[in-house]
Amino acid sequence: MNWLRNIWKNRVWLLMVLPATVWFVLFSYLPMAGTVIAFKNFRYDAGGFFSSVMSSEWVGLENFEFLFNSSDAFIITRNTLLYNLVFIVVGLIISVTIAILISEIANKRLAKIYQTGMLFPHFLSWVVVSYFVFTFLSADRGMVNSLIEWLGGDPISWYNDPEYWPYILTFTNLWKTVGYGSIIYIAAIVGIDRSYYEAAMIDGASKLQQIKNITIPMIKPLIIVLTILNIGNIFNSDFGLFFQVPRDSGPLYDVTNVIDTYVYRGLMNLGEISMSTAAGLYQSLVGFILVLATNYVVRKIDKDSALF
Amino acid sequence: MAKRKADIVEQQPPALSPVKNNKKKRKRLNNDKLSGIPNLIVNIFMAGFTLLCLFPFLYVIIISFTDEQTLTENGFQLIPEEWSTFAYSYLWDMKAQLIQSYMITIIVTVLGTLISVLTIALFAYAISRKQFRYRKLFTFMALFTLLFNGGMVPLYIVATQLLHLKNTIWALILPLAVNAFYILIMRTFFMRSVPEPLLESARIDGAGEWRIFFQIVFPLALPGIATIALFSTLGYWNDWFHALLFIDEPQLVPLQSLLMKIENNIEFLTQNTLVSGQSAEMLAAIPKDAAKMAMVVISTLPIAVAYPFFQRFFIQGLTVGGVKE
Repeated sequence: MNWLRNIWKNRVWLLMVLPATVWFVLFSYLPMAGTVIAFKNFRYDAGGFFSSVMSSEWVGLENFEFLFNSSDAFIITRNTLLYNLVFIVVGLIISVTIAILISEIANKRLAKIYQTGMLFPHFLSWVVVSYFVFTFLSADRGMVNSLIEWLGGDPISWYNDPEYWPYILTFTNLWKTVGYGSIIYIAAIVGIDRSYYEAAMIDGASKLQQIKNITIPMIKPLIIVLTILNIGNIFNSDFGLFFQVPRDSGPLYDVTNVIDTYVYRGLMNLGEISMSTAAGLYQSLVGFILVLATNYVVRKIDKDSALF
Repeated sequence: MAKRKADIVEQQPPALSPVKNNKKKRKRLNNDKLSGIPNLIVNIFMAGFTLLCLFPFLYVIIISFTDEQTLTENGFQLIPEEWSTFAYSYLWDMKAQLIQSYMITIIVTVLGTLISVLTIALFAYAISRKQFRYRKLFTFMALFTLLFNGGMVPLYIVATQLLHLKNTIWALILPLAVNAFYILIMRTFFMRSVPEPLLESARIDGAGEWRIFFQIVFPLALPGIATIALFSTLGYWNDWFHALLFIDEPQLVPLQSLLMKIENNIEFLTQNTLVSGQSAEMLAAIPKDAAKMAMVVISTLPIAVAYPFFQRFFIQGLTVGGVKE
């Protein structure tokens, strides 16, 4: 009876959390439970969701065996990991460089303008960005081919040639994300006590020495923490980048298919529900382990920055 | 973030004394930014980078004002031989679908942001209060969804088979309504900006928790709430993914999704307008690429126009609202 009284005593708070709790149950926890269909051969039946899930026959790990015996599993895992790794490393270098440059600019108004301009791509949807990319890469009308022809080269059929896409995707992703990525570093650099720099200048330190010996060491904890958190997310990719920017072009799948797009195509184009669920569960599980592991490492380095 | 910064500052040794008492010298030394040639180089580099970030949008605007014949002959040019507003007048003729999609996007964005902000704020406020006995349980419930999720397919099946959201406007609103990350940001915000003694005195004066929330807490936390509302508005405006999963009917297609659909097939626009007797001649006159780029411009314009005003709040929200407390 005691717990009933406690619930009654907390009724106002419970009412406040109720709407979001219902949402979490419907849109997070039911789908989590729904991953059992990765171990079943899912069939829709007339009785609705629960009845479909319950009545589908168990197949054990068959879906996973099938997934990992296909060449797809390797390709999508490779693409997901390599792209994210490159995004993390190159993104970090460019973001930090830009943050340092912006913080060194004396004219505050100009610095503000640069920062505002750089952040703009972050607010565009991937659909819009894919149109942007198309204006450059369109085979017969794009700017890049016009330039190649003007220089006397042969035009390239960009959307059919997988060779260039690792670079295109990396460039596009960095274009959209580095402005956003540098904000937090700019804030950290602005927060560094100026007296460090004053002392260094009295000792005759050059600008580069100041950056190397003051700025970078001061933001190093932040760099480490953000990078480790990014590594925790390395198994998740930006669906829009890999789906919209290559315009869902078949010949490019080899270098543009990541786990997220694979799951989507399995669901919507092929109707392989259980297989797609298995691929999604594989992604979630590995991601979960990675986040726990990286959080553990962050805790060791800097307790305050750990997620939990 | 702010807390970390404060720690760092506290740990620092006091500024060197010779500088400290010499105001004039200090002022000169404070001006430790770049000057001369290096400053010029950095500025040129940054200006170039900024231009790179803005250029594609300008380029798309130029293409949208290019004559279709010129596009066929010369491709996308920076300074087209012949300008034209035909793409826009074409879109004006085909406006039924465009206006419909605009309305859907606006309804989804407004309704979604309202629902989202209210749900998130209530949840975050409750788990930020010590009086709430089960706050740890509910915090964990939210946090766990950041670590693990069921993936796209089970979500799709729950939404279509159980909630029957397919081809309803709720399919565009509900899946994006709550986000554990925003909840954590809001919780931190409530902990920092809403002092418990203030609420205590309101309770003594006989105010109920709901009244306290709406009349005291909400106004106090307005900067945080505005940040979440901004994130949420942008999320809804730019969402095409849920339309891709759940929407087939042209009446429910939002703007971003319309952009996707005309990527290969500009005729999608005419689906609502097409009169039976339309001539082949008229179809041939469609300004294909120019009209597509004009669509990009029209759908991005609200963000581009509002951007200079809201970006400041966005940056503040990002840098002030550290997640941890």
